[in-house]
Amino acid sequence: MTLDMFTIIFYVFAVITLGASAIVVFSRNIVHSAFALLFAFFGVAGLYVLLMADFLAITQLMIYVGGILVLLIFGVMLTQRQIDVDIRTGTFQVFPALVIVSALAGTLVGMFWVTNWKISPTSPPETTASKIGELLLTNYLLPFEVASVVLLVALIGAAMIARREKRA
Amino acid sequence: MLEQILHWLKAPGLNHFLILSALLFSMGVYAILTRRNAIMVLMGIELVLNAANINFIAFSRYSTGTLDGQIVAIFVIILAAAEVAIALAIVLNIYQTFNTVNVDEINQLKD
Repeated sequence: MTLDMFTIIFYVFAVITLGASAIVVFSRNIVHSAFALLFAFFGVAGLYVLLMADFLAITQLMIYVGGILVLLIFGVMLTQRQIDVDIRTGTFQVFPALVIVSALAGTLVGMFWVTNWKISPTSPPETTASKIGELLLTNYLLPFEVASVVLLVALIGAAMIARREKRA
Repeated sequence: MLEQILHWLKAPGLNHFLILSALLFSMGVYAILTRRNAIMVLMGIELVLNAANINFIAFSRYSTGTLDGQIVAIFVIILAAAEVAIALAIVLNIYQTFNTVNVDEINQLKD
């Protein structure tokens, strides 16, 4: 039985992603969850490379791993009373959640399994960065500008909310 | 039957990525539903967004053959960054006010 490189790499990254996100979801220790999320994001970035989305993979690493994850870890550190004592987090409604989630997963997987998706013979270009840049400044110019305003407003708003002085 | 499944497993294609993302999505939803800590809920949301992005990029690779899906994925990442910044600011404020970040204990809009 011979496996080609694509298959092996796909399963390596799939196992990394799913295993790490299982740790994120089921670990009792929130710091373990935060660091497992790092590996989940790495695995997803690897899948992006397999899907020929090189620019997206780098963006994923820079924004998710470099930005969002660091923010989340800051959040973890700033909202625990004592670092060593109260770092465990509880779960609730485990049984109904398991029922709902397994029904959801079964439905989704079944749907993906039985549907005959349209498969296009063409594939996106090998290097995507310049093409994405062109598209962002032509077809997607308006969403691009709106996204920049959204980011600006969100970051100013976040700074305002987080640093609000307590009135005496 | 078993041989069919083995044969299917040997050649990853669009379906494999979609099923992977379905599992990732379900785990994210599980974290959102069960965790008490608001930051764990945020981590679940990030998993859900990543699952959606895998779908977009997989369809862009296999189904449309254009870059449109990747552009949408970029916007999803931008909005995820904005969302997590705002959400953490709110969580920090909640922590200062109520001294807890357990989502089931926070039931007032003002103290």
